[in-house]
Amino acid sequence: MPEYEPVVGMECHAELLTNSKMFCGCKNEFGGEPNTRCCPICLGMPGALPVMNREAVNHVIRTALALNCEITRDAKFDRKNYFYPDLPKGYQISEYDKPIGVKGWLDIEVDGQVKRIHIRRVHLEEDTGKLFHVAGDESFVDLNRSGVPLMEIVTEFPPDIHSADEARAYLMKLRTILTFIGVCDGKMEEGSLRCEPNVSIREIGTHILGTKTEIKNLNSFRAVQKGIEFEVERQAELTEAGEKIVQETRGWNDAKQITFSQRSKEGEQEYRYFPEPDLLPLEISDDWIEQIRLNMPELPDSRKARIISEYGLSAYDAAYLIEEKELVDFFEETAKLSGDAKLSANWIMSDLARLLNTDNTPIQNSPISPAHLAEMVKLINDGTISGKIAKTLIEEMFTTSIAPGLIVEDKGWKTIKDTGAIEALVEKVMADNPAIISDIKEKGLMQKKGFLVGQVMKASQGKADPQDVNRIIDEKLIG
Amino acid sequence: MSELFQLSAVEAAQLLQAKKISSVELTGNVINRIEDVENRVQAFLIWDKELALSQAKVVDEHRMRGEDLSPLAGIPIALKDNICTQGIRTTAGSKILYNFIPPYDATVVNKLKQAGLVLIGKTNCDEFAMGSSTENSGYHTTSNPWDLERVPGGSSGGSAAAVAAGESLLSLGSDTGGSIRQPASLCGVVGMKPTYGRVSRYGLIAYASSLDQIGPFGRTVRDCAALLNLISGHDGMDSTSTSVPVPDYTKACESDVKGLKIGVPREFFAQGVSGDVDMLVRAAIEKLCELGAEAEECSLPFSEYALAAYYIIAPAEASSNLARFDGVRYGLRTKELAGHISLTEKTRNEGFGDEVKQRIMIGTYALSAGYYDAYYKRAQQIRTLIRRDFDRAFEKFDILLTPTSPTTAFKIGEKSDPLAMKLADVCTLPVNMAGLPALSLPCGFVDGLPVGMQVVGKPFDEETVFRVSHTYEQASLWHTSRPLL
Repeated sequence: MPEYEPVVGMECHAELLTNSKMFCGCKNEFGGEPNTRCCPICLGMPGALPVMNREAVNHVIRTALALNCEITRDAKFDRKNYFYPDLPKGYQISEYDKPIGVKGWLDIEVDGQVKRIHIRRVHLEEDTGKLFHVAGDESFVDLNRSGVPLMEIVTEFPPDIHSADEARAYLMKLRTILTFIGVCDGKMEEGSLRCEPNVSIREIGTHILGTKTEIKNLNSFRAVQKGIEFEVERQAELTEAGEKIVQETRGWNDAKQITFSQRSKEGEQEYRYFPEPDLLPLEISDDWIEQIRLNMPELPDSRKARIISEYGLSAYDAAYLIEEKELVDFFEETAKLSGDAKLSANWIMSDLARLLNTDNTPIQNSPISPAHLAEMVKLINDGTISGKIAKTLIEEMFTTSIAPGLIVEDKGWKTIKDTGAIEALVEKVMADNPAIISDIKEKGLMQKKGFLVGQVMKASQGKADPQDVNRIIDEKLIG
Repeated sequence: MSELFQLSAVEAAQLLQAKKISSVELTGNVINRIEDVENRVQAFLIWDKELALSQAKVVDEHRMRGEDLSPLAGIPIALKDNICTQGIRTTAGSKILYNFIPPYDATVVNKLKQAGLVLIGKTNCDEFAMGSSTENSGYHTTSNPWDLERVPGGSSGGSAAAVAAGESLLSLGSDTGGSIRQPASLCGVVGMKPTYGRVSRYGLIAYASSLDQIGPFGRTVRDCAALLNLISGHDGMDSTSTSVPVPDYTKACESDVKGLKIGVPREFFAQGVSGDVDMLVRAAIEKLCELGAEAEECSLPFSEYALAAYYIIAPAEASSNLARFDGVRYGLRTKELAGHISLTEKTRNEGFGDEVKQRIMIGTYALSAGYYDAYYKRAQQIRTLIRRDFDRAFEKFDILLTPTSPTTAFKIGEKSDPLAMKLADVCTLPVNMAGLPALSLPCGFVDGLPVGMQVVGKPFDEETVFRVSHTYEQASLWHTSRPLL
């Protein structure tokens, strides 16, 4: 059996974070009672006209710059014509031959290898409404989403992506960039970020592109990866069996982890694009672009490099923290306040991450603030509490949102500094375990000392400093 | 005194301001006239006595309280039925909107309401403004008040006929390829298409978005100027409306054409223009020259392709603009329910008339992949060339004068050949393609039927158009003639 390689093109749609819809003043929000956020414009009433939302255009220019695109100065809108009950005007206002951003790229890292993925275009369009099919022969349409600004990002053709891992890495990187620059909330489960990969396979070493299929309704990174993997395998099996691959749209069934045929693409849709006469061309000036460039937040790649050099983090830790803007913000604040970046990162990535995950809470809603976590790190570093106590303490902080200093005070979790008290505990443990003492003293089984240390720590309820305990046991054994 | 309905709007406004008459009297008189002649003219699709009188009463009360009112407050006006009116049925002459009651006013309607004009009704038109006779209306054909067997022109035929018949003092129409000027010419009234972008299109049911423009009808040039004052200006709801300042157009209505350079484009006097029309328009130009203007023949060579290019661009845009009439949200919905595709197909099949269907098909074809470059793109290139022709002419001339329509009003049913009908717009189409302001005013009669002259100006130079037109009007008596009904 010959070896096949996947060829994957990625088409992503991001709903933009704007106050109002693309061409009218209706609120741009997720959900709501059906058909409550509509007006004559987004309902496609006769005589209603679109007026461009400049904030949405700014978001697309910002994205195009973040993706290293060239900006099309005379970008314009076009009408994409087709009939569907969720499309009120019978056309979608989109950009056809002059998208705002062209010829961009982003870098991904898979198995330690950096790879550049080229981007063909970034353009702005409006979203459609949603259809609901109910039992019987009725359907309903909700037009709250109609006219929500939507950005489309398409990878270059022929595609650079040749594995499901790369596709997933691309999507994660894209999401990170979009959320860092604040243009999209990146919620795949709510559909504010949607991805439709098109997949074909070819024998390794050849350059001919095979027949591609497009996968829809992928609602998570995992689904994107699994969907592509399934599709590659399916196409390879068909090819091996000498069967033809049909150009079509395939849906993803997440429960069964399979793709299924939805719609044949033969007889390609005829969209009859033409320039939108109700809107003027954009005329994007140098000043306009410069204004956006000046207000561009730090992008993930440069921020990652900076936190590595500034805080001495490992590349692994930096990559973990950079995935979510809120996470790396949380880290930086904690690190600055605590003065110990490495320890801050460790606590964020281990215990705090686990608590948040169990509680299904995003980092921006963490009950533990960066200030409280920094205070805890300081308590550990100045010896006020032991690391062991800290593990209990962070749980308490997560449940109560109370400052760690107050909790430690209240619960009496401070490390015991009084050597007299530790000596008393050591003496008691030694007296209780004569067999161990003789093993150590007479047979030289020094490894059994650990048992004694453990017993003392237990007796102190973890509040003794293990170093103090070790030192005092040594003294007693010698003496 | 003659009956109030025969007054020009400006004359009536002076009487209102002097409190010699009330708006209720004036409106009541116009309503009487409608009750008298409407069954013969059929200019309206809907008119409402109570609604009109109640608006008139409010204006009278404001006037009695000494409030500051606009110059045309209290004057009755009719609106073409493709202009959306909140709470009043708006059909654009189409069966597909037989039950459509807009929840909003067009921007021009807002402006008229603020100015205190009295809306008396919605006028008949060719379906979605596609036609030159009102014969394509989904409801009925309007008659020409000068000869009831003849068409009033179109598509704004109802608006032109209403003003000509004394059923309203003023009206608004829309002009995509001549739909204000041609019926104005055929009905012997003044009608103006402003520069593209001068008047907001928000609430105008779109036919061809890059060509459509709302404009006034009146019995005199000054009436149109006064009405244009009220409806012009930038509108945040229409991105294609411009912020070019709006002067007081009535101030441009003065008799002075000394040294004015008139261009007479020869192509507009060929192409099927009747000998009588040719002669009357040339006589009008002669008259202006006697008053101090200088006329010279010129050429706009690409205007001969305007008709062909127009019938690509307008149907292309229409095919898209009319896609929203799918039976899903408003208007007609077929009773034969099935899947959503057949719902849309059947609704459109039942709701649209033949001319509309034909233009949708032409437009759909012209935009299709593989034909776009050959048709739509080429037509846009021709449009650019037509515009350049006009630019060149206006380097030399202040104004261009041409016939408005090649012939006088034709008989209802006479032009069964769609192409013959389309040739009625041959003099007006190039002006829309270039987005220029143009006005039609009466310049004589042939066999008792009015003839109009078209006055074409530079972009946003409506003032010169009004000045030339007013000068001619004052030197002639055509505008004082009224049809016998």
